[in-house]
Amino acid sequence: MRAALFVTCVNDALHPRTGVAAVRLLERLGVEVDFPAAQSCCGQPQYNTGHRREAEPLLRRTAEAFAGHRYVVTPSGSCTAMVRGHYPRIGRLARQEGRGGRLEAYAEDLAPRVYELSEFLVDVLGVTDVGAYYPHTVAYHPSCHGLRGLGLGERPRRLLAAVKGLELVELPGAEECCGFGGTFAVKNPDVSAAMGADKAAAAAAAGAGVLCGGDTSCLVHLDGILRRTGSPVRTVHLAEILASTEEEPLV
Amino acid sequence: MTTRGTQAADGPQAALPGTPAFPEAARRAVHDPVLRANLRHATHTIRGRRARAVAELADWDRLRAAGKAIKDHTLRHLDRYLVQLEESVTAAGGTVHWAVDAAEACRIVTRLVQATGEREVVKVKSMATQEISLNEALEEAGIAAYETDLAELIVQLGHDRPSHILVPAIHRNRGEIRDLFAREMGRWGRPAPDGLGDDPRELAEAARRHLREKFLRAGVAVSGANFMVAETGTLVVFESEGNGRMCLTLPETLISVVGIEKVVPTFRDLEVFLQTLPRSSTAERMNPYTTMWTGTAGGDGPSAFHLVLLDNGRTDTLADAVGRQALRCIRCSACLNVCPVYERAGGHAYGSVYPGPIGAVLSPQLRGTGSPVDASLPFASTLCGACEEVCPVAIDIPEILVHLRERIVQGGPATREGVRVRIRPARGHAAERAALRAARLLLDHPGALRAGERLLARARRLRPRRLPGPGRAWTDSRDLPEPPEQPFRDWWAQRERQDRTPRRQDQAGTP
Repeated sequence: MRAALFVTCVNDALHPRTGVAAVRLLERLGVEVDFPAAQSCCGQPQYNTGHRREAEPLLRRTAEAFAGHRYVVTPSGSCTAMVRGHYPRIGRLARQEGRGGRLEAYAEDLAPRVYELSEFLVDVLGVTDVGAYYPHTVAYHPSCHGLRGLGLGERPRRLLAAVKGLELVELPGAEECCGFGGTFAVKNPDVSAAMGADKAAAAAAAGAGVLCGGDTSCLVHLDGILRRTGSPVRTVHLAEILASTEEEPLV
Repeated sequence: MTTRGTQAADGPQAALPGTPAFPEAARRAVHDPVLRANLRHATHTIRGRRARAVAELADWDRLRAAGKAIKDHTLRHLDRYLVQLEESVTAAGGTVHWAVDAAEACRIVTRLVQATGEREVVKVKSMATQEISLNEALEEAGIAAYETDLAELIVQLGHDRPSHILVPAIHRNRGEIRDLFAREMGRWGRPAPDGLGDDPRELAEAARRHLREKFLRAGVAVSGANFMVAETGTLVVFESEGNGRMCLTLPETLISVVGIEKVVPTFRDLEVFLQTLPRSSTAERMNPYTTMWTGTAGGDGPSAFHLVLLDNGRTDTLADAVGRQALRCIRCSACLNVCPVYERAGGHAYGSVYPGPIGAVLSPQLRGTGSPVDASLPFASTLCGACEEVCPVAIDIPEILVHLRERIVQGGPATREGVRVRIRPARGHAAERAALRAARLLLDHPGALRAGERLLARARRLRPRRLPGPGRAWTDSRDLPEPPEQPFRDWWAQRERQDRTPRRQDQAGTP
């Protein structure tokens, strides 16, 4: 099976380890991975901030970059939700406003082919035990787009539960937002930081050494708070844990 | 002065002058530990109870869909149902008044009270009368308006503003309320008993005695309504304390001020909301008091009944294909209780009688997006979606938030006071617009993006702990992420090159 990796701009520029982990994991599971270099950002920051028209060229770029790929996998719940949930609306509105040309067709064509990593593993590959090894105490933060936007449900936790050596602990208030929210983090910094601090405290109270999530942006925000407060809790992306094996453990 | 057709127009009822934008108001709340604790305790308690009450109903999703359908149908034919309602109320012996805005509604009510010769009125908690600042208008005319809902009484005695739709004094704890009662009650009527403690039962008893005196004296009552039934002319109030029942039955004259979106076509439609509203708001299977009144009935209840139908920006909202779904709101406040932003910021930060997620979409529509607070409200959310999930009439609040953000930063069509206008992009977003445009140019040119990423990687040793300018908003409370040695796309390209050249033992380095 072949799949294209949509690594996302945040992972590409700030957190390439997530992308590397996704590649290693997928290849280990027998997937031939492509990385179309023409990809960049899905346009979510622009769209969520109200600059919908600024997101249109990025929609076009993303759709063109992944044209011809049956499966597009991305280690990001929020970027998946952007493509699947909001691209069709952007395309429709562009048409209604007399712009866009093929934007709507691009959106409709791409949306059903994009999978969040845990969806791809569980639904497409049909695996929950990916042969990973990670001997740490882990709490999972489901993040809003994965939880409510995509309805990922138990998929990520089932994947984690099958990891050898991993102890999964309950995160109190797991379904609550971490406070990142894209530009919310800088437009409303005080509320954002208060939400993040509560989430970080919940992870520590749960006895977790590692706070795991499927969205690098949420993790960057939470990691920034954990490090500022000197907490021993680390943030690690789901892909990194699933890529970790006894032969090549994540350090 | 508003120039129609070009300006970012103010609504008929603009925000209070000097009300700070949301981020500023929220900052104060976030750093008030007592307020944070009060809010956290209250929202978490009711959140858990609501979830249990809703889980009891196997057909919750269908009730939710039915409520949405009834409201959408009514809004689509609002003109027809409002005329039918006026006919039904009139036939039952009531009088209907139409108010296009807050000022007109206040004038009508003041005139009606003055006609009775009374100098005071009792009030059952009503969002509509708060929205039009009726108490202040009556006070100017020398008429005292006494709130009789316990939480509203606390707010009124404290010269405070409500901070929650259902629990207006949610920001106060028992000790604060005790002090308030002891200090203020005597100035307005029966004083609190000596040695009043902070036990809820004791506080409620003090309020009950204080209010009883007012109920028995009042000649005029002012109410809102949760629903109005077009076919019968019946108005309905859901409440918990019985103060509403007193207001709606004891005085000679009853004046109800109700938003035009509160109408439903038939009596049977109440069946749905009688199940969804109490469970969503107070987490009760049924609210303790449901009072229904239809016009007047000789010798029983008020002998004069006036219904003031309030527009105040609602038909403008109705003209907006995305935003109009906010008019489905039945004011249950479930979205407030589940909202993580409301929980930290508190209701006052929203600068509106409608706080929380629903306030963030309703206020800028009813009032327009002209003031700093109204322009900031659509951004007072992380778009986490918890509000939409609990809404008993399935309002897609995140969708409206994004829609209003677009109106504010990009400009676009809107309806203000019945006139189609073009909203200009708001000032203050120019720098953001330029930054996003620059980002887009970068993101739409992978060569430039790659160069930018490499630059970031090279400069990683220069990473400061605190950023200047707008970046401070991040680094004041969070560390910056450490830039990687190599962006992902360089790692990939390097690996590809090595795959194509004859295999050597040394593997590509991991960033």
